[in-house]
Amino acid sequence: MAEVRLDRITVQYGKKTAIGDFSLHVRDGECLTLLGPSPCGKTTVLRAIAGLAKLAGGDVTIGSRVVASKDRRIFIPPEKRNVGVVFQDYAVWPHMTVEANVLYPLKKRKVPREEAKEQVSDVLRQVRMADYAARMPFQLSGGQQQRVALARALVASQDVVLLDEPLTNLDANLREEMRFEIKRLQNETGVTVIYVTHDQDIALVISDRIAVMDKTGSVRQLGTPEELSRNPVDSFVYRFLGLSNFIAVEIVDGEMHVRDGSERIPFPYPVPSGMGSTSFYAACRPMDIALARAATDGGAGAGGALRGLVTRVIYLGNIYEYRVQVGDSEIRVQQDSYEAFRNGTFREGDACTLSIKNIRYYEDVEEVS
Amino acid sequence: MRAGQSLRGSELRRMEGSRFNTGQLLLVISTVILIITVVLPVAMIVYNVFFYKWSFDWSLFASMLTDPDNLAAMWNTVKISFLVTTLGTVVGLFFAWLIGRSDIPLKGLMKSLFVIPYMFPPFIGAMAWGLLLAPRSGYINKMFMALTGGRTPLFNINTLAGIVFVELCYYFPFVFIQVSGALERMDPTLEESARIAGANQMTVIRRITMPLVVPAIAAGAMLILISSLSHFGVPAILGFSNGIFTLPTKIYELIYRASGSFEGIRQGASLSILLVAVVVLALALQRRVLRTGRYDIIRGKSMRPMLIKLRGWKAPLLAVCFVFLAITVILPLFTIFGVGLLKAYGVPMKLANMTLNNFKYVLFESRMARDSIRNSFFLSITSAVITMLVGTMIAYVIVKIQPRGKGVLEVLGILPYSIPGIVLAVGVILTWSGAFYLNLYNTIWIILIAYIARYMAFSMKSASASLEQVHDSLEEASRTCGASHFESLLDVTLPLIRPGMVAGFFLIFLPAMRELTTSLLLYGPFTRTMGVAIYSINEEGYTVQACALAGVAIIIIVLGELLLRFVTRERRGQ
Ligand SMILES: Nc1ncnc2c1ncn2[C@@H]1O[C@H](COP(=O)(O)OP(=O)(O)OP(=O)(O)O)[C@@H](O)[C@H]1O
Ligand SMILES: [Mg+2]
Repeated sequence: MAEVRLDRITVQYGKKTAIGDFSLHVRDGECLTLLGPSPCGKTTVLRAIAGLAKLAGGDVTIGSRVVASKDRRIFIPPEKRNVGVVFQDYAVWPHMTVEANVLYPLKKRKVPREEAKEQVSDVLRQVRMADYAARMPFQLSGGQQQRVALARALVASQDVVLLDEPLTNLDANLREEMRFEIKRLQNETGVTVIYVTHDQDIALVISDRIAVMDKTGSVRQLGTPEELSRNPVDSFVYRFLGLSNFIAVEIVDGEMHVRDGSERIPFPYPVPSGMGSTSFYAACRPMDIALARAATDGGAGAGGALRGLVTRVIYLGNIYEYRVQVGDSEIRVQQDSYEAFRNGTFREGDACTLSIKNIRYYEDVEEVS
Repeated sequence: MRAGQSLRGSELRRMEGSRFNTGQLLLVISTVILIITVVLPVAMIVYNVFFYKWSFDWSLFASMLTDPDNLAAMWNTVKISFLVTTLGTVVGLFFAWLIGRSDIPLKGLMKSLFVIPYMFPPFIGAMAWGLLLAPRSGYINKMFMALTGGRTPLFNINTLAGIVFVELCYYFPFVFIQVSGALERMDPTLEESARIAGANQMTVIRRITMPLVVPAIAAGAMLILISSLSHFGVPAILGFSNGIFTLPTKIYELIYRASGSFEGIRQGASLSILLVAVVVLALALQRRVLRTGRYDIIRGKSMRPMLIKLRGWKAPLLAVCFVFLAITVILPLFTIFGVGLLKAYGVPMKLANMTLNNFKYVLFESRMARDSIRNSFFLSITSAVITMLVGTMIAYVIVKIQPRGKGVLEVLGILPYSIPGIVLAVGVILTWSGAFYLNLYNTIWIILIAYIARYMAFSMKSASASLEQVHDSLEEASRTCGASHFESLLDVTLPLIRPGMVAGFFLIFLPAMRELTTSLLLYGPFTRTMGVAIYSINEEGYTVQACALAGVAIIIIVLGELLLRFVTRERRGQ
């Protein structure tokens, strides 16, 4: 249990700056996720906290202790920081059994043997590896090795555990199970968890707060999963948190129109306030768009809905995905299969109208990677 | 002023939690060891050649360079190594292709047989061939003269051609091993697709297979070239009697003739510089060739290659293989052991003339022979252990710690590998016989130092290879589990590279057991090695005893090689 504070840290590899002027405050006992495209320096941040990377600037504080400071010339080596780490490549020692791997941190801390053994079997039970205690790592699957690494990190520190994409190699079911498992373990032990991933689904489930990083390594938004989904501050965060459509619109005569249409297509929604210019983007999620059959007589009726043409239909199992042409831009629309069947599915070439919920407006559209 | 900025170094280190930094310590030790064992001898050679009594003087070097005898030796060196490299490459390539890409039977057996010449000490091979093909006394020549009734021998081994032939027999495996490896790793679908596209067999070999194995050929050829340029044993045994000198044997002769006087050593050192220049030139040339031949099509996955059907050629080519093996391996072995069993040199090889007395003599009676065996074991084991440990440490610094000057360390470690053994010996003499208040001349320690420098590259290479398999995060994981850098090294890294270290030990132990060149310049009255003892007993004309001792050496080497295979096989089985 300890808070972690990064104050304007800079990490360089040779001349290359991997992380520059990076600040973050992780509260005691929370699970904070660093979410960002690869490679934005997520692993580097963890390495700076663990003491595996030297700082070229800034301070790192764990609990009440400054563990690294460029200015004050402090560098506490990794073994004295009391931080558990699950590495991106697990780093389970191949020459030790599962039990010996997990026992190692306790041995280094000189915990009495009996007590240590008990603790190890507890944690192995928690990660569901109790039956494999005597196995060698090469006899384990990738997912099992990851769980050993997790157990080892949990044993290594009660204060802070750093997890570097620990669930990437698990199959979908196990991943689901493990992310709840990590959440549960964290709640039980109260350990501070810093979790690194580029998978927003895991991040939204597991985190108390999420820090979204961009590819230059700076934090774009920090907040709870709800805050982030409800109110992404910019188009980068918006895109990173899920599938998204961006429709270029402009204000003409106080009304919005789709900007890149060859004909003038009205965009029949309330004009947002506070936009810097008259042309900007409307962002929406594919799931937030409802399709309806267009009236056969054609023409954009007064106050009429946005019209489009279905150009592709893709069946994704529990989801129907349509590509709808509106002006010059193609919009992704997803419908629940059950809903779609009930309302009748569309076919390529069908004319349709779109009604959009939860529209957000951004000045620009940023690439995410 | 802020409190933190006024910290002194010691306080800072205390705050970091350790009295010293393991990484920096290892770096300093590695650098010091390499400077002492490698840089110093080389520097002493250069200094002693170009400086006399503290002033620059290159008259000695100039006079050595214009001496026609020395120029002849240089020319011989170049001629011999050029021929050995060319022929050795052709031979190695031919057999590698035959075994790797044709349907010739008995592949597994042949593959192991073809690397035997690689373990065979070339100077013992030269001795055997001298016994067989010396112009008047050689067994084969005598037989030939008896058959023809003439007085012209079949072949005189004491010639340039003879030296080339013997070196060829023992150096072609360099190319064979490299090319076999490349052919095994090569993606055979490339060949197949070319066949499907309608190319015929010859075209496929010329257009697809060859370009892909060119880098392997070049690497093997380079090994042959360097080895042959700096080789001492074969030209010493076959050339001296006929006045044929190469640069390495000339250096030895200069120092030997001056019976170790400083002037002789300086002359030897001058020629050493010339020899190193030739080697460096050859390396640079090879590098150019290598660069033009880089193809990145060798894949890791191995599939069953398409084998070329030999049909009617199968039997003749198989016969070629066996005749070749008989000539390079069986005949010399048979000669060494046969002669070693004779009651006296010159009597016909008949069972009635056989005795075990010579073996008894070298093993139990001759003080010199017994000492030499003991010395060789002591030197090989000690140098292998030390070099393996030091080499692993240096490799660790280079691969894992990666300090700023790691390139320098790397070059320093590999340097002795391209420095001929005889040159290294000259440098070691200049450094360790009193120049730095320490006179080790005539002691076993001076040989040990030379061995350590000589085999450092082997150990660094094998240790680097195993360290690269150990991912950085394994050690980092143990750091975050509370282990210091040093503890992580002991608990994680060392256990993981231990098998590689054992193999590394043998990679030094075996060549050290058969070492001749450096020991021959460095030995004292009681510090002969087996190689030196065989050589000097043979030079003194006690041929049968020399052969018996050579036989003993071969048995030890074969046993060591078997042990190595056993050890590495066990590792692979895991
Ligand atoms: N040891 C190193 N030496 C040099 N550059 C490095 C090193 N480690 C990382 N980098 C560079 O630093 C940058 C950030 O790397 P980092 O590993 O932190 O990214 P990441 O966000 O963890 O990526 P990923 O999601 O792929 O794991 C990258 O551009 C990478 O190339
Ligand atoms: Mg990473």
